Amino acid sequence: MYNPYSLENKTILITGASSGIGRATAVECSKMGAKCIITGRNVDRLNETFHNLEGEGHIQINADLTLEKDIELLVDQSPLLDGFVCNAGIVNTVPIGFYKESEIEGVFKTNTFSMMMLTKYLIKKKKLNKPSSIVYTASTGNVFSAGIANGIYGASKCAIDGFMRTAALELAPKKIRCNSVNPSMVMTPMMTDNQRITKEQFEADMQKYPLKRYAEPEEIAWAIIYLLSDASAFVTGTALKIDGGVTL
Amino acid sequence: MDKKEFIEKFADLFEETDKTEIIDDVKFKELDEWSSIMALNVIAMVDEEYDVMLKGDDIRSAQTLNQLFEIVQNKL
Repeated sequence: MYNPYSLENKTILITGASSGIGRATAVECSKMGAKCIITGRNVDRLNETFHNLEGEGHIQINADLTLEKDIELLVDQSPLLDGFVCNAGIVNTVPIGFYKESEIEGVFKTNTFSMMMLTKYLIKKKKLNKPSSIVYTASTGNVFSAGIANGIYGASKCAIDGFMRTAALELAPKKIRCNSVNPSMVMTPMMTDNQRITKEQFEADMQKYPLKRYAEPEEIAWAIIYLLSDASAFVTGTALKIDGGVTL
Repeated sequence: MDKKEFIEKFADLFEETDKTEIIDDVKFKELDEWSSIMALNVIAMVDEEYDVMLKGDDIRSAQTLNQLFEIVQNKL
């Protein structure tokens, strides 16, 4: 069947695959025919994702991406890749007057530093095929919008956006495309576990969306699949909003 | 945990409101200056000062400052 969005015969590394967007991306990529290398910090939850993958030949590797040695080990254990979904991330909801340097460092280590170091090692150790595709999970906040108490998280996501554009330029000669997906609120544990915000506040926020709801993780995964597939062969350096129209 | 001190720290988060209005039986969410950012400020202040993780639901269920004080105290 004709399908330019297929991931048949592609090997894809997905970080942050133990829950949320990462888990949905791994499962959906496997359904599109990809061989998935999944990684996450939580062994049990990663294993749960692993058992939900369709098809054969997938690999799970436990790694803590805040540790450079884990990043290097992960890259060493990875086969040659056609795609890399750089997705691991944590959230933080604190107003400016209460910032702690340790907290800023923690968010940036997971969301930003690990993204640069993973990309570095994949390049240095020549683990990305020619052609191949990197997709970074950024955010609409604060790349396209801004939210209160979202400064640390938003800055870490803007850094991803900034890095992605340089990576797209710098890696083009290697036939590596680099893009980001920029979701607004998604129904993931990252959101529902954020107990600083009440269910009622989330429901009121949803009403600000032209489509009157938040995204399902699969709806982000499908955009990632587009950017991984040959259907986006001429797309690089793009930040793709998936936001139900909320930033309009 | 000292109630007077808690009320002072709470009052410190406000810019416009007269400090004399911020007393233990004030319905704090009815103050003109109250907002969703104030709720996040209160949660962050309680985290920083008392090492207590308040939930958005705690703020929702408390009506008076006294009730909020009791919620924090019960989590110490």
